[in-house]
Amino acid sequence: MVTGARPAPSPTPSPTEPGAGETALERELRRLAGAVPDPELPVVSLAELGVLRDVRVEYAGDGHRAVRVELTPTYTGCPAIETMATDIEQVLHTHGERDVSVVTVLSPPWSTDDISAEGRRKLDESGIAPPRPRGADGTVALSLAIRCPHCGSTATELLSRFSSTACKALRRCTACGEPFDHFKEL
Amino acid sequence: MSAALALADDALVLSHRLGEWAGHAPVLEEEVALANIALDLLGQARSLYSLVGDEDELAYLREERAFRNVQLVEQPNGDFAHTFARQLYFSAYQLPLYRALAATDSDLAPLAAKAAKEVEYHLDHARTWTLRLGDGTEESHARMQRACTALWKFTGELFQPVEGLEADPAALEAEWLVDIREVLERATLTLPDGPRLGGWAAGAGRQGLHTEPFGRMLAEMQHLHRSHPGATW
Repeated sequence: MVTGARPAPSPTPSPTEPGAGETALERELRRLAGAVPDPELPVVSLAELGVLRDVRVEYAGDGHRAVRVELTPTYTGCPAIETMATDIEQVLHTHGERDVSVVTVLSPPWSTDDISAEGRRKLDESGIAPPRPRGADGTVALSLAIRCPHCGSTATELLSRFSSTACKALRRCTACGEPFDHFKEL
Repeated sequence: MSAALALADDALVLSHRLGEWAGHAPVLEEEVALANIALDLLGQARSLYSLVGDEDELAYLREERAFRNVQLVEQPNGDFAHTFARQLYFSAYQLPLYRALAATDSDLAPLAAKAAKEVEYHLDHARTWTLRLGDGTEESHARMQRACTALWKFTGELFQPVEGLEADPAALEAEWLVDIREVLERATLTLPDGPRLGGWAAGAGRQGLHTEPFGRMLAEMQHLHRSHPGATW
């Protein structure tokens, strides 16, 4: 996605859980990439959003070092993914990594459950109601009310299932009257 | 024909049709909703095209006869009821299809698993509008009924076997019919009883035969890319 950034010669899928068997360099690069803010919701980082899947460093026979980053989109059509990839490349280039490639992976599909507790807190703080946890079968318990991020009331109503971005729904608080975005469960 | 191409063309063409509502939707929320659904479908199309070849060439440089989408998705938007009857019929097909594919080990499985979760919202939205219009005013009821009936003949094609598609069309069709029957009944609408396949029905989109409005849609969709090859911004 950036000139000069070529995929690693023979990329192999990481056989283990992300983070397993990670080197100190990989950990550092993962921290840097994960700290990149989401382009649409800059209050949360990519790590908090749960879209950074893996960071691997691969060495070719001649000692050439390539960094391979795996990102997963929130929605398949999310246009922010290209900006995320460019931002990550830039950060890692600045850190001295010359060969960085960012690839998109779809499996397993991203879920709003991948947003960290800290990410949820920051969303709420910035006026976006965080998603509710999904059950093992993917359903959301109806009894879990969506709380107004402005006044805290649970008396809120749906205005539209679709809002300013694909990942949000538009709601209104019937207590304070303010409309707000809700990060809808996926 | 590859199954990925057929599904990609479905998603791209419906995405473009929904995009035509931009600036014309009855209320702002619907403008945003239709654009969001269009964006999801575009994302699915891009991902599926990447399994077949170059996405720009596939989307912008093929002639009408090379497209493998079902004829349902290329039907013009019509009125709002028409747009949602089309969406209901299509999303109620796409959701069980993606769920079935997600359970296979085909190369479509990762996308299908992801997209199924998005289509749940599309179907939910289409159901809501079908109920609201069908069980609404006399005028909205009449329009919704007219739209459901008019598009009925395009629904048989959804369940024609597609080579390489690891899903059982008969099972999908049974699920689809149960779903549609239930929604229309609740919306006080009558399940259309015309033919869904055969001489008096439509459906050869998967073979590259399309209805008259499709050529004009493609002309508009491809015009910019063909006029300025390789242009970027």
